[in-house]
Amino acid sequence: MEVPILKQGSYLIATFQAALTDEDLLKLQDALVMQVGKYRSRGVIIDVTALDVMDSFAARTLRSLAYMVRLRGADTVIVGIQPEVAFAMVQLGLTLESVRIALDLEEGLAIMDQRTKGGKSFALVGQSSQKRRKA
Amino acid sequence: MLANMPLSANGEIRIPIASDADIVIARQRGRAMAESLGFSVSDMTLIATAISEVARNIINFAKRGELAVSPHQRSSRRGILVVARDQGPGIPDIHLAMQDGYSTGKGLGMGLPGCRRLMDEFEIQSNVGGGTTVVMIKWSPDYDSGS
Repeated sequence: MEVPILKQGSYLIATFQAALTDEDLLKLQDALVMQVGKYRSRGVIIDVTALDVMDSFAARTLRSLAYMVRLRGADTVIVGIQPEVAFAMVQLGLTLESVRIALDLEEGLAIMDQRTKGGKSFALVGQSSQKRRKA
Repeated sequence: MLANMPLSANGEIRIPIASDADIVIARQRGRAMAESLGFSVSDMTLIATAISEVARNIINFAKRGELAVSPHQRSSRRGILVVARDQGPGIPDIHLAMQDGYSTGKGLGMGLPGCRRLMDEFEIQSNVGGGTTVVMIKWSPDYDSGS
């Protein structure tokens, strides 16, 4: 079962199903890394709400995916890790340290918006402080 | 030894493992059995995750094998028994394979030691050239008190 990728503004949203094979995961990884360039996306949101199991392969693939997307100039947020999946991941010893994570899709979109706007406002702050220094 | 125990024919499900799609089938069947045995959603996820790991080990190292899940009883305790068997190359150094972070490059090195943490009982037998058997049990908390 292939993972559908939804284009929403400057973001790509991939929604996982429960029955996801290793091959599906690798296909998703390739598709997202391609599409970030094709659609000039600034962010990728991976929604794992329906995922029943996050095993070591899935965790490793998500880490690689996030890093590849980063190398393509976009950000990745993983959303929807269920409480029992989080519990099992910790028991198993899996970490997603280098990957941005949010509670759900809404939070993920908010983080993406914040980052995009944050970049702009940072530039503005920089400009105004320069002006202040000149003044 | 846990690994030498005969499997109860009662309610046992056997899943041939030969492709990555079989890993998904195995963990879904295992989860369904855990649910029917009254395990919590949290325990069901731990069991399904452990099944996913041992089934993937079969694919990665032995190419094919079999996974069996069955209801299990020992005195007053009830639980679920998971057995993963293959006739693959075997593991030369089990102590090394059971160390956190040890990896042959195909995973995160969390598979086997992680499974031991996910389940209540874990045993592995492996002979070089003779295959590998992993036996895992998760006890149902309802029966822990023996009441």
